[in-house]
Amino acid sequence: MSFLEQYNYWVVIFLMMSGFYIVIAHGNLVKKLMGLTIFQTSVFILYISISKVIGGTAPILDDKYNVYSNPLPHVLILTAIVVGVATTALGLALAVRIKEAYGTIEEDAIQEKDLQQEGSTE
Amino acid sequence: MAFLAITALSLAFAKDLFASVMFTGIYSLLSAAFFVLMDAVDVAFTEAAVGAGISTILMLTTITMTGRYENEKRYHPKIALIVVVITGIMLIFGTVDMPAFGADTAPAQVHVAPYYIMQSGEDIDIPNIVTSVLASYRGFDTFGEVVVVFTALIGVLGLLEFSRKGSELGNRPAPMFQHKVLRIVSKILIPAIMLFALYVQFHGEYSPGGGFQAGVIFASSIILYAMLFGVEQARKAVSMPVTKILAALGVLIYGSVGVVSMLNGGNFLNYSVLAENDITGQHVGIIIIELGVGITVATAMILIFLTFARRIGKNSEETA
Repeated sequence: MSFLEQYNYWVVIFLMMSGFYIVIAHGNLVKKLMGLTIFQTSVFILYISISKVIGGTAPILDDKYNVYSNPLPHVLILTAIVVGVATTALGLALAVRIKEAYGTIEEDAIQEKDLQQEGSTE
Repeated sequence: MAFLAITALSLAFAKDLFASVMFTGIYSLLSAAFFVLMDAVDVAFTEAAVGAGISTILMLTTITMTGRYENEKRYHPKIALIVVVITGIMLIFGTVDMPAFGADTAPAQVHVAPYYIMQSGEDIDIPNIVTSVLASYRGFDTFGEVVVVFTALIGVLGLLEFSRKGSELGNRPAPMFQHKVLRIVSKILIPAIMLFALYVQFHGEYSPGGGFQAGVIFASSIILYAMLFGVEQARKAVSMPVTKILAALGVLIYGSVGVVSMLNGGNFLNYSVLAENDITGQHVGIIIIELGVGITVATAMILIFLTFARRIGKNSEETA
């Protein structure tokens, strides 16, 4: 039983690390944003796992139930999801502008162009 | 849970960005299902609408602009893998001390949560505890979140909308206009989706839902319209300047409820002073601020999508 008790947290850590890996190992900016989304969702899952009470039900008051799961993390994550998509949109907008300015969204190509420009101005 | 892990792994190794976007969609849908299992129905609702709907569409529009395939080259994948594994091991070591899953004695369950569960029925008298915490007890936090959404909207508009180059785009046919079945089905569906959004908006006190979900669902009906009948058509239908004003208005409504309650002698966002009776005051306050949230979220999502979509039209015309 002690193994299963922590199972949720381990999956969260696995997801978080996959997101982290995508962010650091991939050069494509859009892919990096996807990695961040995975990372973000893993944090959501962590919060929601914490809020679960075994035997509890969804936190909507009703006379038939008296054990509820914790509503506070639900509130935090609910707003965080919407804020998350708004900030992701901002990141994607930046990626689009970078594509227009540099013609690429691969990290190394952008750096090369930057270096070239510095060389030409000096 | 295992499915989630598999999806994340396939995402890490997919080279085709289009496939990756689809994987993120699947991932969101799976996590929404997981949230239902964990009793978090409100959260599941939001995740299904946002993750599987809006963010997938936004990423798709972005990759049509930035190219579908990513560079094969990885940056030091071995070092990255080592860093990731070490961090993971340390985190797993950290979980050893964590309370068992679902235990009712965990620190998270014994702080303010019992107060919310026991007292919200008396204080606010609406069944959905998530809504009472969101709109009343934690109203100030929610105000912050709405402002963040609004700020992100301003950022996107500033980056993509105002820096326009070239002339206005003509009436290009929409990408999916030729599908008759889709057009007819969505003509029937769009009013139904809007109606459902309004239901979610105003029934949020009794069942899962509220301003955030309603806003996203409403926005998705407009996005569906834009995909089938063309972005320019949709921009005419929803009138960009009005939508921009509405986005600001939503935040304004929320803030002014706070100011009105201050003028009535209470604290910022203390709704009890809004009416004769404490509970009626709470109800009035919650309905009004949920409306503010709904308006801001809906218009922000619509504007972000339309701005992105128009950008594609422009870019493809320039290259043509």
